[in-house]
Amino acid sequence: MPNRITPDDVRSVARLARLAVTDEEVELFAVQLAAVLEHAEDVEALDTEGVPPTAHPLAMENVLRDDVARPGVDRAEVLAMAPASEAGRFRVPRILGEAP
Amino acid sequence: MKTAVDIAEAVRTGERTAAEVVEEHLGEIERREPEIHAFNLVLADQARQAAADVDRRVAAGESVGRLAGVPLALKDNLCTRGLPTTCSSKILDGWCPPYDATVVERLRVAGAVFVGKTNLDEFAMGSSTENSAFGPTLNPLDTSRVPGGSSGGSAAAVAAGFSPLALGSDTGGSIRQPAAFCGVVGVKPTYGAVSRYGLIAFASSLDQIGPFSATVADSALLLEVIAGHDPLDSTSIPQPAPSLMEAVEAGVDGLRIGLIRELLEGIDPDVAARVREAADVLSAAGAKVEEVSVAATIYGLSAYYLIAPAEASSNLSRYDGVRYGLRADASDITAMYEQTRAAGFGPEVKRRIMLGTYALSAGYYDAYYGQAQRVRTLITRDFDAAYEHFDALLSPTAPTTAFAFGAKTENPLAMYLSDVCTIPSNLAGHPAMSVPFGTGDDGMPVGVQVLAPALGETVMFRVAGALEAAATAATVMA
Repeated sequence: MPNRITPDDVRSVARLARLAVTDEEVELFAVQLAAVLEHAEDVEALDTEGVPPTAHPLAMENVLRDDVARPGVDRAEVLAMAPASEAGRFRVPRILGEAP
Repeated sequence: MKTAVDIAEAVRTGERTAAEVVEEHLGEIERREPEIHAFNLVLADQARQAAADVDRRVAAGESVGRLAGVPLALKDNLCTRGLPTTCSSKILDGWCPPYDATVVERLRVAGAVFVGKTNLDEFAMGSSTENSAFGPTLNPLDTSRVPGGSSGGSAAAVAAGFSPLALGSDTGGSIRQPAAFCGVVGVKPTYGAVSRYGLIAFASSLDQIGPFSATVADSALLLEVIAGHDPLDSTSIPQPAPSLMEAVEAGVDGLRIGLIRELLEGIDPDVAARVREAADVLSAAGAKVEEVSVAATIYGLSAYYLIAPAEASSNLSRYDGVRYGLRADASDITAMYEQTRAAGFGPEVKRRIMLGTYALSAGYYDAYYGQAQRVRTLITRDFDAAYEHFDALLSPTAPTTAFAFGAKTENPLAMYLSDVCTIPSNLAGHPAMSVPFGTGDDGMPVGVQVLAPALGETVMFRVAGALEAAATAATVMA
């Protein structure tokens, strides 16, 4: 697969990543991402038919614990670190598009 | 400069006070830190307080921990309750975690004295500490050169004598490569050997916390203290910490050690020469050393730069301006997310988020991320095949010695190549460590990497101990 990354590709990925990008960044990332993906062509080209993927280096098992209450982090301490909070909750800008 | 083993012994027996020890180290910090910039935060008052507590317990005849009075520096991606933890990023500006990392808690119980939080490449993404939002750390051995990264602040703190011990994190070489560049010992334990609870995540299937120290025995001691099962990390191996101190002096007689052929290619000739000399001294010490092929390691770098950014793009989605750190003013929530992240992340972090998001996006997932995960299996299989014939493996830690500032900042791929020898161990989840062994043509230290199979820390420390003994003997003769 030819790794040609267009400025439009970069803008669309930036939207997915919730990252505002400048025109200069779009140009730069298009070149730099293509270079890294080009380097990855050796991996793309490998025959891995029948090879299972490794998601994790250890054989993982589900870990269960007894369902007993235990102390969590302190809510006041957490909210004190938030950019904005109100009535014991995180406060955020308007989410829905209707007029205020 | 005294080792951690010596300091802990002297403090425990009352031969020295923890207060004296901490003043000595704070003095070094005051003298040289303005030039080196190893720390994002120096904890002078807290360190004095912790040292006084240790002294009070010694005076009262109470038992003190194994690191009683030993100054220690923490990489600034380890959560410390109520103390700023920044990951060297503007996006976490002003944030104080509401809990301690498990390693922080264990070290406190052991009597360690925290002297500061160390600088790193933003979110541990980098190989030179040049990606810190707070400016780079300088290599204490030659301030025109980088200390390596991402745990450059921790490596520099130990090399400068600011603390005998430090903790770092290693996702693709971030402990071992800076250890090599600064001439100290750095250890990446087996994945799951040390709890990651409270380590701010970069690439969760690769990240592991580990020690820095001036001597192999000090790293063994520190690893014994921090390792062992933790119910708060579901990937923590349900086993007690291994016993490592005896291994350091156990020698290598009868061990089979393989020199990885693929990781000697494309390496600076002076670095490769030191690694071959290391193989010779191990052979002289009774080990059977041979070259071995671990063929799939050549795909490690490519696989890593698909897997690590993919996991990072997911882990870093939590920095959205809602719960902590920076928030940009914007009228609606999507613009708030996008502008907060644009203002808070530096260029390398943005680049990796973009790369990871691309590699995980519809139509590319299997060709990139899925394929990289299958290659990860191939690398582990090749290591397993080598370990049927060898107890431990040997390679350079990095292809070069410490490079100059700015040498690789324009070309991300050139910077990534600095981790070519260290990445395979992260992909396999195996332990590996860097031991200083001689110098390059430029007079800067060379690190030799000792690799071992999963949970093979004991044999790894035997080899490391033998290398250190030989390197010390050579220095004494010179």
